[in-house]
Amino acid sequence: MSAVEVEAVTKVFETRTDSVRALDEVSLTVADGEFVALIGPSGCGKSTLMRLIADLDEPSAGEVRVFGMPARQARLERAYGIAFQQAGLLPWRTVRANVELPLELHGASAAARRARADELVELVGLGDFADHHPDQLSGGMQQRVAIARSLAEHPRLLLMDEPFGALDEMTRERLQGELLRIRTETGAAVVFVTHSIPEAVFLADRVVVMSPRPGRITEIVDIDRPDASADPESMRESDAFFRSVTAVREALHGRDTAAERGATASGATAPEAAARGVETR
Amino acid sequence: MTDTATRQIALGQAGGRRAARRHWSGQGWVRVAAPLALGAAALGVWEAAVHLLDIQPYLLPAPSAILDQLVSAIGGIAQATIATGTNALIGLLLGAAVAVVIAALASRVRWIDQLVAPLVAAIAVVPIVALAPVLQTMYGATSEMPRILVVAIASFVPVFITTLRGLRQVRPVHLDLMRAYGASGWQATRIVTLPGAVPYVFGGLTIASSIAVISAVVAEYFGGLQNGLGSRIASAAAQSGYPRAWAYVVASIVLGLVFYGVTLLAERLASRWAHIPIT
Repeated sequence: MSAVEVEAVTKVFETRTDSVRALDEVSLTVADGEFVALIGPSGCGKSTLMRLIADLDEPSAGEVRVFGMPARQARLERAYGIAFQQAGLLPWRTVRANVELPLELHGASAAARRARADELVELVGLGDFADHHPDQLSGGMQQRVAIARSLAEHPRLLLMDEPFGALDEMTRERLQGELLRIRTETGAAVVFVTHSIPEAVFLADRVVVMSPRPGRITEIVDIDRPDASADPESMRESDAFFRSVTAVREALHGRDTAAERGATASGATAPEAAARGVETR
Repeated sequence: MTDTATRQIALGQAGGRRAARRHWSGQGWVRVAAPLALGAAALGVWEAAVHLLDIQPYLLPAPSAILDQLVSAIGGIAQATIATGTNALIGLLLGAAVAVVIAALASRVRWIDQLVAPLVAAIAVVPIVALAPVLQTMYGATSEMPRILVVAIASFVPVFITTLRGLRQVRPVHLDLMRAYGASGWQATRIVTLPGAVPYVFGGLTIASSIAVISAVVAEYFGGLQNGLGSRIASAAAQSGYPRAWAYVVASIVLGLVFYGVTLLAERLASRWAHIPIT
């Protein structure tokens, strides 16, 4: 069964003076266990699409199904875990109590909550900080807590809206690596909104490229992923990685300009990348 | 002076943070001592001026005369302080409780908010001086109720305004999160909204605390029971017992400071508990 099915979804935001077509007849399927990145310039509707899947907003037309259920039912049955650009931790709760929050809301026993929270805090490498409060943690650590919280109920689907968007580059790359590891351990499907091309390519099985006004999917780029046995970090310097980055960039900016820029800027890999771009078309 | 300064610089270079802390504690000591010294000096000047310039007690009694009265009438002063303090405390808690409940309703229900906003504005400008005699007539001369109500009405406004502000501090990401988890409206209120508003409630209480004591004292000037500080000040002044009147004034200052100090401490603790810095 597919984790997510989006069928001809349109979302129109009505303002006082006019209406904005954030998404226009968008269709997308995410397989169970698949990692899909949504990328595009601001206003392309990538976050809106994720919010529709999460049932935080409702589509104006079309249908969203999560594990075969209507989005609303999936939300109420806690079919997904979610993380945002802001960690959104409750400042008066400790790290552990923040991770326990979804379990507490759904009536898990105190002992079960604590056991699961300790496990998750360990998983994201914050074992020594379980009793700290969020204001004692760095931005990267707060975001790890948010990820731990999103995993609390063993979701088969993770929805992430630029969770590393506010972090510095070093922290960001480390957390990307950890997310891949966690994802391998849990086998969950992931819908990951980002506006970083390398991030999308490093993480995803497929990168969905979107364009604004109105929000549409312009292209879906399959990523050559290294063997599961290989160190995921080695991917960052592989030729396949740079080819995929170029392919996504071309899809984002349009072929001609990207090929031109590639030929002058990145030397030897450019012609090959351009050729690959033509091939997929 | 320069000696300690150089020592502190030397310590600062050698001992780092510990020396810096010692430096701060030195400043803290000065912060307490300086106003005390100023106060003592002012009292000295006051005492000297009364004697040297031969100022009459009905204009300004000497601090020593006021102190005499404070010591000799301490039992009566304590009783009056407790009577007024009790009224202020009950009125403050009553006004604050009503304020928190109505603020909670206004933050949840739009039409209640719209209904209450102009009423609160009206209450905010009600002069307690005008209200006290009316309530006094309503409840009669033997009831504590008029004074308590005056305090409650005066305390209501600051607590209501700050609480409502606190309840509206909820961040959109927290609301999204609560919705994503399928939390009920009550769960979201209990887990996100109310804890975040707690420091603001105490901030409002701190503002209301001094208003409560002032209102409780002032309300006694308009008749009713004669057991509190306000009525004692009025009757002492009427009987030309000026140093005694001033002794009761001192007691009301102490009462106000106690109220303010306790609520300020509570505010600090609430802010620390919630990890929300209150400026």
